[in-house]
Amino acid sequence: MRRILTLTGKIRNPGTILAVSLAFAGFFAPPSQAIERVKVTVPVHEYKLDNGLKVLVKQDKRAPIAVVQLWYKVGSSYEENGLTGLSHVVEHMMFKGTKKHPHGEFERILGENGAENNAFTSQDYTAYYEVIAADRLDVAMELESDRVRNLLLAPAEFKKEVEVVKEERRWRIDDKPTALTYEQFAAVAFINSPYHIPTIGWMPDLNAMKIEDLRAWYERWYAPNNATLVVVGDVDPDKVYQLAKKYYGPLKPTANIPVPKPQTEIEQKGLRYIKVKAPAELPYIMMGYKVPNILTAKDKWEPYALDMLSSILDGGNSSRFSKELVRGKEIAASATASYDGDGRLPDLFTISGMPAKDVKLETLKSALLEQVDKLKSTPISAEELERVRAQVISGEVYERDSQESQASNLGALESVGLGYKLADEYVDNILAVTPEQIQAVAKKYLIEDHMTVAELDPQPIDPNKPRHEPSFAR
Amino acid sequence: MLKRTFSTLLMLLLLAIAPLTQAAPKIENWTTSNGLRVYYVHAPDLPMLDLRLIFDAGSARDGDKPALASMTNSMLDTGADGLSEDQIAEKFDNVGAVFSSGSSMDMGWTGLRTITLEKEQKAALELWLKLLSKPDFPQEPFARIQKLMLVGLQAEKQDPEALASKAFYKALYGDHPYGQPENGTEQSVQAMKLDDVKAFYQKYYVAKNGLLGIVGAVDRKQAEALAEQVAAVLPTGGAAPPIPEVKPLTESKVVKIPYPSAQAHILVGQIGDKRGDPDYFTLYMGNQVLGGSGFTSRLMKEVRDARGLTYSVYSYFGPFKELGVFEVGLQTKREQTQDALKVVRDVIGKFQKDGPTDQELEAAKKDITGGFPLRTSSNSQIVEYLGVIGFYNLPLDYLDTFTSKINVLSRQQIADAFTRRVQPDKMVTVIVGEEDPAPQAAPPAAAGAATDAPAQGK
Repeated sequence: MRRILTLTGKIRNPGTILAVSLAFAGFFAPPSQAIERVKVTVPVHEYKLDNGLKVLVKQDKRAPIAVVQLWYKVGSSYEENGLTGLSHVVEHMMFKGTKKHPHGEFERILGENGAENNAFTSQDYTAYYEVIAADRLDVAMELESDRVRNLLLAPAEFKKEVEVVKEERRWRIDDKPTALTYEQFAAVAFINSPYHIPTIGWMPDLNAMKIEDLRAWYERWYAPNNATLVVVGDVDPDKVYQLAKKYYGPLKPTANIPVPKPQTEIEQKGLRYIKVKAPAELPYIMMGYKVPNILTAKDKWEPYALDMLSSILDGGNSSRFSKELVRGKEIAASATASYDGDGRLPDLFTISGMPAKDVKLETLKSALLEQVDKLKSTPISAEELERVRAQVISGEVYERDSQESQASNLGALESVGLGYKLADEYVDNILAVTPEQIQAVAKKYLIEDHMTVAELDPQPIDPNKPRHEPSFAR
Repeated sequence: MLKRTFSTLLMLLLLAIAPLTQAAPKIENWTTSNGLRVYYVHAPDLPMLDLRLIFDAGSARDGDKPALASMTNSMLDTGADGLSEDQIAEKFDNVGAVFSSGSSMDMGWTGLRTITLEKEQKAALELWLKLLSKPDFPQEPFARIQKLMLVGLQAEKQDPEALASKAFYKALYGDHPYGQPENGTEQSVQAMKLDDVKAFYQKYYVAKNGLLGIVGAVDRKQAEALAEQVAAVLPTGGAAPPIPEVKPLTESKVVKIPYPSAQAHILVGQIGDKRGDPDYFTLYMGNQVLGGSGFTSRLMKEVRDARGLTYSVYSYFGPFKELGVFEVGLQTKREQTQDALKVVRDVIGKFQKDGPTDQELEAAKKDITGGFPLRTSSNSQIVEYLGVIGFYNLPLDYLDTFTSKINVLSRQQIADAFTRRVQPDKMVTVIVGEEDPAPQAAPPAAAGAATDAPAQGK
């Protein structure tokens, strides 16, 4: 449920983390495993420029292309109330020209080189990418490096672009009842943690945003020493490093990149429950528990047990939710479980669902909670564990089909402070989880006092009552 | 500045002299002993295998039972040879295999992704073949899927984009099979019988009505053996008859659906082209400039970039077996619906009349040519292409010759094709959620009723 926005409207999900390889370094199979693991070790080459830019390169020669991504450590969780949505609007403005490449040139040049390009903003990072024929890598490097420090931020362009972002908000959130429910759910679940903030920003904040706000934000966070360059593809790592030095080397670092305050979420003191009324046909429920993340967990195994737990409930067609709620009792039209442990800050374990035909939301809610209780009272079976392991092992192979997701995983891990090396260890850690550990995290964390519940309460779809925005809109 | 000029020059030079290493994947093609066509690409680098069986069994075959194709497809993994749904799901998951299936207007398909470890691949394949050869079509899952489909139809009613798309296809295709809703209507879903599903399956999920795509770490000999195994479980059958020809619109139509959304969702378009169409490359190329290339397209520049009227605006030709759609889509704050629509119409009108400029044409050629390797960089993408090439009987060198066909096109040819194929005065316009619904604005029930009309077809 990581909230990621892209310019084109595609939602990218770097949620699952993988380890990747192009060569099989060998096989090993711990005795308990249902299927053999294809052990993978393709090195990530790591470099650091004098100005602080980190460069990660991974070779993948399956296709003559290269994925180039530049990740900045800034996103909506760095923002404060009144200035929400700033990171995302800066992302939009990054396509509006520099002195050297005036507005339109960036897209034109990349277009003439057949490159795909876009960007995405999440709670914890903002990333820009190009996918380009490997022999034209330098074109992407030149353009991307130019906008690290030299953005124009023209007021006239901002005036139009912030309207585009408001349209994006209407399209992505305001007119989608379940998205609207989720936004309010997160804002209630987190009181002082910045995960309270929607990445796209509150509409009043977008209405009040000024070009000066953007300039300050850009100058504070956009610097080589707050960024990671990731290149995956049919490239020579050392040549990539030489190109990085050539294009990014001259950029000046920023002296004082602020260290975000901890903003550790205060302890929840009991159930929080909200209703969201919106024109809709179908009710929907979302429940979330406060859980630790990988970065800050005291017991390092706990996040992996929570990840495994989410797969038991909702990993594949044989998962408990599919088997018992969608099929079986036929209570849910859909039911999902998701754990976000790979963020900068502790997040939620969420369970959500839509009731089956003629089933009450309350019935679905009880059934979902019953599933949680079952995890607390009874350890999962050896067969279930094996089944999820098999999916993790095969999933590790399937993920390697995409160079983009390989790059995204490295960049995301690095940007939240986990370090890219975790990509290689993640599957080991997941496979080490035991049924007892899964039961233990269920008992410890999936408790009512730390739960937030949001229900979508469908209102008649009355065409004569359009959603009006606050009257102070410009 | 000097540096930039230099590097730009160098770039152009390189473009001119460097032979573009296209290296599209090598596609091999044969037919099994009982008539199943096979399309195969050897991809040895990763220990995985993708199989995809595609049949001429899309919603265009629904007849008077809208959603029958979709229902039949959804039943594929619900019971076979005495195995229950749960057992099937567990058996695939146990070996880390991914079963998939889906249907569109033209196709019904099922896929299997597995790792190529011997034991796991064998188990996954055997189960997949069992689903195809001995489907049980049990009553209980059928009743459940029926209910899920009804919930799906309700979900469409709270989604203005889905409402717009359904109305668009209905207005374009009328009584043609492409005009029927892929997901059916409440009546058609409720009236459906298991016998309908069985009959549909027996008629269309047969060797001579399908093709098999294979991509992965299996060599040609292994692929041939695999294909025979798959073909062996399918009855020979026969190819489905042609579907009726599509008639172009004779006049413009405007469909307004009142809806309480913050934005108006707008679709403008008409009947487009088909796969293998003589104008396919010309229209594709022209559309790149008009609204198919994202931020460098005219629509994006005029509607979003210059005026901030929308987040997303696009145009595309969606070719099907018979004539497909030409569609322009956008969303905008409801109050500015007419402003946005005017810009869109102006852009379409001007482009239809004059075509692209020389500069735009050159840029689009470079974009398509330079970006071609991006399209086949993963097994997932390749197996998709095999499906399209096989299903629509495109030549085996379709990918190899794509860029050369694009590169010979002239401005004149594109302008000519747009003049013949695009009629700005005979377009359908669908608007969901415009400001100030006219007096005849329907009460809530009518807004719902509108959803029982047309199909979503993308």
